[in-house]
Amino acid sequence: MSSPLHEQMPWHRRAPGTERGSRRPDPHLDLGKYDPEADLMALNMGPQHPSTHGVFRVKMFLDGEVIIKAVPYPGYLHRGVEKLCEKLTYIQLTPIVDKHDYVAPMTNEQAINVAIEELVGVEVPRRARWLRTILAEMQRIASHLLWLGTFTLDIGGTIGGGASVMMYTFRERELILDCFEALTGGRFHYNTHTVGGNRHDVPSGWDAMVKRAMRTIGARLSEYEAECSDNEIFLMRTRNVGIIDQYLAMELGLTGPNLRASGVDHDLRRDEPFHAYDEIDVGVAVARSGDCYARYQVRMAEIKESVRLVNLLIDGIPTGPIAALRGAKSPIAIKAKSGQVYSAIETPRGELGTYIIGGGDQKGAAAYRLKIRPPSLHAVAALPYALVGHTISDVVTILGSLDPIMGEVDR
Amino acid sequence: MSQLEALVEDPWLHGLVIGFLVLNLLMAVGGFASWWERRFAARIQNRIGPNIVGPLGVLQPIADLIKMAQKEDIVPRDADRVLFNLAPALPTFLALGGAAVIPFAGSWGEDGRWQNQLVVADLDIGILWVMALAGLMVFPVWMAGWASNNKYTLLAGMRAVAQGISYEIPLLLSALVAVVATGELSISGIVSWQAEHGWLIWRLPVLGFVAFLLFFLMSLAEANRIPFDIPEAESELVAGVMVEYTGLKFGLFLFAEYVHTFVAALLAVALFLGGAHGPFAERVGPLWLLLKAGLLFVSIYWIRWSWYRFRADQLMVLCWHYLIPITVLLVMGTATMVSLGWL
Repeated sequence: MSSPLHEQMPWHRRAPGTERGSRRPDPHLDLGKYDPEADLMALNMGPQHPSTHGVFRVKMFLDGEVIIKAVPYPGYLHRGVEKLCEKLTYIQLTPIVDKHDYVAPMTNEQAINVAIEELVGVEVPRRARWLRTILAEMQRIASHLLWLGTFTLDIGGTIGGGASVMMYTFRERELILDCFEALTGGRFHYNTHTVGGNRHDVPSGWDAMVKRAMRTIGARLSEYEAECSDNEIFLMRTRNVGIIDQYLAMELGLTGPNLRASGVDHDLRRDEPFHAYDEIDVGVAVARSGDCYARYQVRMAEIKESVRLVNLLIDGIPTGPIAALRGAKSPIAIKAKSGQVYSAIETPRGELGTYIIGGGDQKGAAAYRLKIRPPSLHAVAALPYALVGHTISDVVTILGSLDPIMGEVDR
Repeated sequence: MSQLEALVEDPWLHGLVIGFLVLNLLMAVGGFASWWERRFAARIQNRIGPNIVGPLGVLQPIADLIKMAQKEDIVPRDADRVLFNLAPALPTFLALGGAAVIPFAGSWGEDGRWQNQLVVADLDIGILWVMALAGLMVFPVWMAGWASNNKYTLLAGMRAVAQGISYEIPLLLSALVAVVATGELSISGIVSWQAEHGWLIWRLPVLGFVAFLLFFLMSLAEANRIPFDIPEAESELVAGVMVEYTGLKFGLFLFAEYVHTFVAALLAVALFLGGAHGPFAERVGPLWLLLKAGLLFVSIYWIRWSWYRFRADQLMVLCWHYLIPITVLLVMGTATMVSLGWL
């Protein structure tokens, strides 16, 4: 199935809103040509600001309290992950990429290992693929729960209702981290995936543990909805705020929930299945309005869908080996002297792509070039469009609704 | 209570003694409210809250105080030193001043009339005094916002002024409902009327209840509590006007907020819930007033820990489009009822 990104986009004509004199904000607005009467103020939000989700800076030009131009400056968390990945051998990469999207480490590991497997040409056993699907869905729930908590924190304040919702979501996220801990021994940096399969097999009683966690989370979702979408102030703060239209979303390369909230029905889990997604039906949540509330709706629907998928998958884990290459004794056991590959998986934040050119060192055990395509970077790129016309209060709402993880943006 | 009142016949001494009592009561409430709020919020959020310092963690505010006192006192280089240092002292002063005209206790006199007791200064124009102090409340916030010489505090200060000025109008108008209904301008007069004729919240059908709710909401806005805490919106403005303050000056702002919130609750009780009036009022002294105000105080924090915050412009729309017209109608409705003799 080909992606709707290719079919729907009428590339031959300009998207609505980009014609001359259109209402789409100009991110390169020349301040010299702005109303000379206006009393402008430049305000730097970040890099040391509590609500920028990490170290991130947005320079904003305000007319009164209304933003007329916003320039995002990522890069404060740059750690040279890609270069580091070129210096290490393929087997050594997994714990490195764990740290790059620190809210969803599981899917990071999967993304890089899927790419290496494709480069080397290893067939992953069905049990491992199945387990990876479960882990990916659980990670999606954990990541979206954390997103909901921090998002309400942005709206409701650290001393207020938002903090209460955050406490609740962290309580539920804890259940998933417990499951991960039982499986891998780590709560956050798992290092459980490897080229050709998984390291840790399912311990006994794990499926019951996961089911219990899913039952709890599924039952408590209505509590969040009572706190959020049933709250008039929440609706006032999120509706018609930070609208990203369908065309802009596709032009910017937004993926994941941010793209689906803008009305594009695109999900790699269904459109280009990886892991075991070709064996199951994934319900894709799409919202039309493209505002912060739509992004909230899509993520809430995805939590529900993921709970359903995990419950479905946990019962049917196939038997067999969990790794194709059992016991790789040396770090240079996996080799690819040449070739290049781009592979992408759908993480909680969208399309996490990895591009590898093989043949980095003499023996072919490291990449010559490794490039990670993070979904969060594209989300941050939407800020100059989404922020303009809103007030400072909405900056944190919009930034929070896009769910960027700075570790992933800067790498 | 009456013995105490009799002891201090001299009005100056009376003001001093009662003032000392009330001041200390409110200071204690303000100080330990932070412990109470943290425990309460912890219950809401499935946490435990402070429980180490003292039994159930009651001494936590004292530990906080010691911690804050140890902090370095930083005045930004470009700040206006005088205003910067003056600003944290004023909010507590203004908040406490409002409590001066509230009668904390009362009893039935020989003539069957309600006698107010434990009033620091029984002003004839108590309501004007309270409203004047509420109006002054924006000054320290604006002073802090301006003097810090920081863009975030400046924005917060501007928001605080806009909000303070806007919300004063419906606050005054909803308090006017009590004035019109009772024909009294002093708080003790309003309380006496309620003790004799029934609490305004019931006595004035529907109107009284709406006026009470609005007054309560507006007090939230005046005391900068969620959902109206735009001036210290910490998710976007970091800490609002308090960004540049350290140590005890920062602590004074927090302390003033608790005191202000409690005084606002006291006022709402005095204006609409009959003040210190209640069964066995002679025996229990200020307990009725404190109980009622305490319940309002709890609900303020309940709201705070379960709601989100409005955006600054939505707050203005709410005020000018809805609250002011409604309160004007309330005052007109009450005036009509009074002039028709229905009350």
